Amino acid sequence: MLGFLKEPVVVTAKINVSLVALTVMGLMSRLWRLCYPRAVVFDEVYYGQFVSLYMKRIFFVDDSGPPFGHMLLALGGYLGGFDGNFLWNRIGAEYSINVPVWTLRLLPALAGALCVPLAYQILAELHFSHCAALGAALLILLENSLITQSRFMLLESILIFFILLAVLSYLKFYNLQKHSSFSGSWWFWLLLTGVACSCAVGVKYMGLFTYMLLLATAGLHFWHMIGDQNLSNVCSTCLFCCFPCLGDVELSLFFQVSLLCHFLARALALIIIPMGLYLSFFYVHLALLYRSGPHDQIMTSAFQASLEGGLARITQGQPLEVAYGSQITLRNVLGKPMQCWLHSHTNTYPIRYENGRGSSHQQQVTCYPFKDVNNWWIVKDPGMQQLVVSNPPRPVRHGHIVQLVHGITTRYLNTHDVAAPLSPHSQEVSCYIDYNISMPAQNLWRVEIVNRESDTDVWKTILSEVRFVHVNTSAVLKLSGASLPEWGYRQLEVVGEKLSKGYHQSMLWNVEEHRYGKSQEQKEREVELHSPTQMDISKNLSFMAKFTELQWKILTLKNEDTEHKYSSSALDWITMDTNIAYWLHPTSGAQIHLLGNVATWASANAAALLYLCLSLWYLLRRRRRIYDIPEDAWQLWMAAGGICGGGWAVNYLPFFLMEKTLFLYHYLPAVTFQILLIPVVLQHLSDHLCRSVLLKSMFSALVVAWFSWVYFVYCTFSPLTYGQPALAPAELRALRWKDTWNILIRKQ
Amino acid sequence: MAPPSPPAPLPPAGRARSQRRVPWRRRRSSPSRPALRARRLRAPHGRDCIPRRAPRPAALRPSMRRARRGAARGGCPRMPPRQREPRRGPGAPPRPAPPAATRPAALALVTLLSFASRFHRLREPPHVCWDETHFGKMGSYYINRTFFFDVHPPLGKMLIGLAGYLSGYDGTFPFQKPGDRYEQHNYVGMRGFCAFLGSCLVPFAYLTVLELSKSLPAALLTAFILIFDTGCITLSQYILLDPILMFFLMGAVLSMVKCNSCADRPFSASWWFWLSLTGVSLAGAMGVKFVGLFVVLLVGLNTIYDLWDLLGNLSLSLVMFGKHLLARVLCLIFLPLALYTAMFAVHFAVLNRSGPGDGFFSSAFQSQLIGNNLHNVSVPEHLAYGSVVTMKNLRMAGGYLHSHWHLYPEGVGARQQQVTAYLHKDLNNLWIIKKHDSDTDLSDPSSPVEFVRHGDIIRLEHKETSRNLHSHQHEAPLTRKHFQVTGYGINGTGDSNDFWRIEVVGRRTGQLIKVLRSQVRLTHVATGCVLGSSGKTLPKWGWEQVEVTCTPYLKETPNSLWNFEDHINPKLPNISLDVLKPSFAEILLESHMVMIRGNSGLKPKDNEVTSKPWHWPINYQGLRFSGVNETDYRVYLLGNPVIWWLNLVTIGLYLLITVATAVALKRGVQLTSELKELSRVVLHAGGQITLGWLLHYLPFFMMGRVLYFHHYFPAMLFSSMLTGITWDALLKFCAGFLSPSTTARKVYGGGFLALVLLILYSFYLFHPLSYGMIGPMASHPSSPMAGLRWMDSWEF
Repeated sequence: MLGFLKEPVVVTAKINVSLVALTVMGLMSRLWRLCYPRAVVFDEVYYGQFVSLYMKRIFFVDDSGPPFGHMLLALGGYLGGFDGNFLWNRIGAEYSINVPVWTLRLLPALAGALCVPLAYQILAELHFSHCAALGAALLILLENSLITQSRFMLLESILIFFILLAVLSYLKFYNLQKHSSFSGSWWFWLLLTGVACSCAVGVKYMGLFTYMLLLATAGLHFWHMIGDQNLSNVCSTCLFCCFPCLGDVELSLFFQVSLLCHFLARALALIIIPMGLYLSFFYVHLALLYRSGPHDQIMTSAFQASLEGGLARITQGQPLEVAYGSQITLRNVLGKPMQCWLHSHTNTYPIRYENGRGSSHQQQVTCYPFKDVNNWWIVKDPGMQQLVVSNPPRPVRHGHIVQLVHGITTRYLNTHDVAAPLSPHSQEVSCYIDYNISMPAQNLWRVEIVNRESDTDVWKTILSEVRFVHVNTSAVLKLSGASLPEWGYRQLEVVGEKLSKGYHQSMLWNVEEHRYGKSQEQKEREVELHSPTQMDISKNLSFMAKFTELQWKILTLKNEDTEHKYSSSALDWITMDTNIAYWLHPTSGAQIHLLGNVATWASANAAALLYLCLSLWYLLRRRRRIYDIPEDAWQLWMAAGGICGGGWAVNYLPFFLMEKTLFLYHYLPAVTFQILLIPVVLQHLSDHLCRSVLLKSMFSALVVAWFSWVYFVYCTFSPLTYGQPALAPAELRALRWKDTWNILIRKQ
Repeated sequence: MAPPSPPAPLPPAGRARSQRRVPWRRRRSSPSRPALRARRLRAPHGRDCIPRRAPRPAALRPSMRRARRGAARGGCPRMPPRQREPRRGPGAPPRPAPPAATRPAALALVTLLSFASRFHRLREPPHVCWDETHFGKMGSYYINRTFFFDVHPPLGKMLIGLAGYLSGYDGTFPFQKPGDRYEQHNYVGMRGFCAFLGSCLVPFAYLTVLELSKSLPAALLTAFILIFDTGCITLSQYILLDPILMFFLMGAVLSMVKCNSCADRPFSASWWFWLSLTGVSLAGAMGVKFVGLFVVLLVGLNTIYDLWDLLGNLSLSLVMFGKHLLARVLCLIFLPLALYTAMFAVHFAVLNRSGPGDGFFSSAFQSQLIGNNLHNVSVPEHLAYGSVVTMKNLRMAGGYLHSHWHLYPEGVGARQQQVTAYLHKDLNNLWIIKKHDSDTDLSDPSSPVEFVRHGDIIRLEHKETSRNLHSHQHEAPLTRKHFQVTGYGINGTGDSNDFWRIEVVGRRTGQLIKVLRSQVRLTHVATGCVLGSSGKTLPKWGWEQVEVTCTPYLKETPNSLWNFEDHINPKLPNISLDVLKPSFAEILLESHMVMIRGNSGLKPKDNEVTSKPWHWPINYQGLRFSGVNETDYRVYLLGNPVIWWLNLVTIGLYLLITVATAVALKRGVQLTSELKELSRVVLHAGGQITLGWLLHYLPFFMMGRVLYFHHYFPAMLFSSMLTGITWDALLKFCAGFLSPSTTARKVYGGGFLALVLLILYSFYLFHPLSYGMIGPMASHPSSPMAGLRWMDSWEF
């Protein structure tokens, strides 16, 4: 009990001084004068607005990725007490005094700095020598592009940090696997792998590539475990010791049970937990942002209704069930090219269009992107004359036939076999005017609720998505997406689609504003239509419904193809034929560029090429049973290549398939992995190809010389990395090592 | 590596005779070794073959090796067993093989059924259906030798044209839109040709599965699935590219599989035959549609695997390996490439008249076509100051640089004269090249000729209106981030914003600029932006011509490149354009660029309902081939839902079986020899087919272009073959548990029969989909399809 009194309490600490030194150097390189420049630098203008929105708790949608990265940036703002009041409108704008620049930039800088020790440890865990690990860390330390990207309010450094963390923890976990499965640290590193993966994915979808790589690696390792018949295993050996009488069959059964344990542990840590965490990012995101704002118009009415101050204010307390006599506005569910409501006005279609085709000359029906009194329609029972809701209200159900009466003009929504103005293959939709020209009204529509649970569902405000199928021609009311010419006031065209190919959101409508009509007379009704709706029930969407919708919007929202001055193609990145000017001092020549360390990039390419050639050579020779290097060295070589080379490939090659606008900074995760490959190849060369002592020492001398070159290039370009000191035009011109680089030189 | 081998001894005579004595050996092209072994144990004549297995050391002695090759050369169809990967030998059936006569009979039966089902009611409907309007029209173009443009390579349409020509179609039917009646025109030849190729798919699939699984029931099941699938029937009955594509695709797969099973006697005649046939089919598949690339990939992967296998076989010397490699490079790379090039050569040789496709190609190309206004004209070769020129944009279907007496309207940039791109020939397309600094009258015949050189700064004066091409920092009318381009100045006097630097792509300073051939970029001197055409159509004030802008983004795209087409300069001698005509290689390259751009230009619009790849395997939605209303003759392309859902379920089932088998093998579970054979079939034969399915399906998820349901049919072929193999293996596995062999046979036979009956019955139900329906729609109780609209998304 009191044993500790008899023995002295001894704490032994082992500190890897080089690791500490690397961390300190990393911090110094990334945090040095972090506040400079005190102006908006490049994409800060983009991410900054989201930080502001977080501070103000206003809802937004960013199609560039999931919200975790934005939240981390916002955390910086929160720590610095940022109130969100800054207009992020222009790159180079000076920050006002209320913007805590240092804390905003702190988290990315810290993440960038920690990549240095992470690189050291990854190589150490891959069983490479201290020297190689040190080399990897120093290369990351002296990589100009990584420094630039870390020092501002951008997401790449955070992404790279989580990617490297995930790789490192997987390697730690795998190395522990051999002797201490299911121990505490084993669990810790396994779980950390999953957590880091989901954080990486949560920052940017690019993290998915590394996640897939790790999943594949884990799968491969597990596959080897399945094949390993002699795997000594905690469960089975214990059981075997306890019950030596058990036969072979039982042993193999227990063994498989423990394999199952292994499988389940991996599935839990690498699949279930990341998914859960990913959901939790969205949960926090939605919990933080509860106010309505400029972005919520792309969401559905139901989503908007759940935000404070938005649609909720208008629709609060509407009746839920649409009944005969209801006054409604109908919003198109698609929301593209913009959100709009079914609309009509007293103007008619022109008798002849410009191209000579004729129209019905009836009243125009369009989709109008603004709230307007002409967006109101009344649901009418074809069998009855009244336009008010009876008492008790008779709800409209799926499959019912209705007429839709335009509130202000009291004309009936109609479609007929006349070509629509801009989509001649579809039918024109109009509000019927009887010209006595033997063109009868065809104004019956069948209500089809698409997201119904049963065939007797009631048509609900906001929640139901409805198709209107024309009874006579079975055309479907659809937003065509084209905008009408001058005569239609550039409003959006609405057509009757005859060939109703499946369900498209442009054919779906939902009721947004709704009230029960009370006034029988047209005059009273107009007054009623002009008055705002006010009632009170709140509609709450479940988290999963909100998540699904938001996730879907993020994935499908497409900004139109934007050209950018500094956009580049994936092929330019390898040779770094392109750079990005991040910031230019308003008066002097001081400027910041995203520009890599040329020496490192070139060496990384050489290393990758050499690795590929050597591997191919070894592989072919091994196939002919010629073994050039010992088996364990081969395993090491393959493992390092799988992680570093594989990491480069998965983070780079997919960009060739992408059609979005690409920038040099998309390549940074890939180049980080590629840099890790340099020391791997160097050590391999010195261990296995430099056979004599003389060769070895010559090789070391070469490596030292090469490394000083890397350092020299780092120093040369550091004015462009840190933005100071300001360089004279002649010096700037001297830095333009490639013709394709865009270095800004002020005209005198 | 290998030691020099002693001279090859002759194969032991007894062995050769013993092989001749086994009668069924010759007839089947190649039952595999294990299969053979299993059967030999039972065959009364095979007794003397058994001991051959015994003397086989792991590393074969050289003499043995030579002996084997000698034997192969001697025409011995079978080789002694060799230490190879098990993949060479798919499994043996667990019971004696059916009598030899059933296989040709079965093949004849499925072929007959296949032809019967495809040719039944081929003439119906006697009007243009769906994409016949395109491909029939293109067939006519070949017959009329009119140049056209299509996003697919030419072979398919060439064959259609040929079929039409041979069957007496004269190429006069306009194929304007679906629903047009053919009347007296002979369309059956073209349909018959497609139906013929479509019918061949069934025997091909049958033979492939037979080769892979060595199981007649598996092959028959596959054949029945394909024969009675309404989708396959419909797709084969019309003038479309798909039957042609699938014919070559299945041909490639079949020859690949046949070639693989000849692997034990490499360099024999049949090996060469199948290998080169693979190459020919690959060329065919690529030549019909670029989707053929996927089957090229499949064959490529298979070949790499094969070579890897051979490399690991230490009994094979490196020289031999080199021969193997060379043979494959020759047959699978050079042969298809040569054929592919040849079909383009034929394409360009046949289509020598100007037609609707001219505008998609460069001016230099157009000068080749009879009837084009550039054909046989003569212009001065090099550009000089004072020349009157037209400039054509290099984007696909790019227009000529154009201006006219109209100003940009109020609110659209500066109110100066419009500059647009116009697709047609017009006097307003003419521009005069002038020096930027001197305004001397260059038309004076006495002044010396001065050529324009790369890097010169010039001015372009519009001939009709005498305004200069001008740009400034106002935003362009439609592309907001670009600068506006206008016509500015009076009688040729403007300001410094009229100066443009002329640069030729890939040239050095000081070189001359050629008409037609030089790709030119015009850089605005003052702002550094580049003259380009955005491809967007201007509104009515711009007469719906195409917008021309000055783009500050200096990326090299065809949008910002121009070439000079007309060139008038009385002071220079005219040369015939033949000097400038592009070489065949250039034409080939250009037509591929145009095709690729055309393909990627087929983007779905925002509000368009498009088919998604995930719709396809579940048979979510079909395509309307003909007819909409109740009175029309309606044909609807939709797979037989029973078959498709069976295929879908089988894919899942197959994955389960594979994982279970692979894990069991990896865990070292002892399997009986029959199960081992089964697992080989499942893993290797099934694996190959699954790879084919994946390669023909997954890439569609990454495609941005418009997709249609019929894109899935190549994958569906693989899926059907997988169904045959999987169910056969599964039934055998289930039957294997039942000890008395009669019960086992009953279970096996019963299961097989049930599947076939199910397929037949579903075909009976759904056959009106392909053979046409008249009468009320399916929602009406009196319709022939009443009650069969199992999914709301089906439209019949």
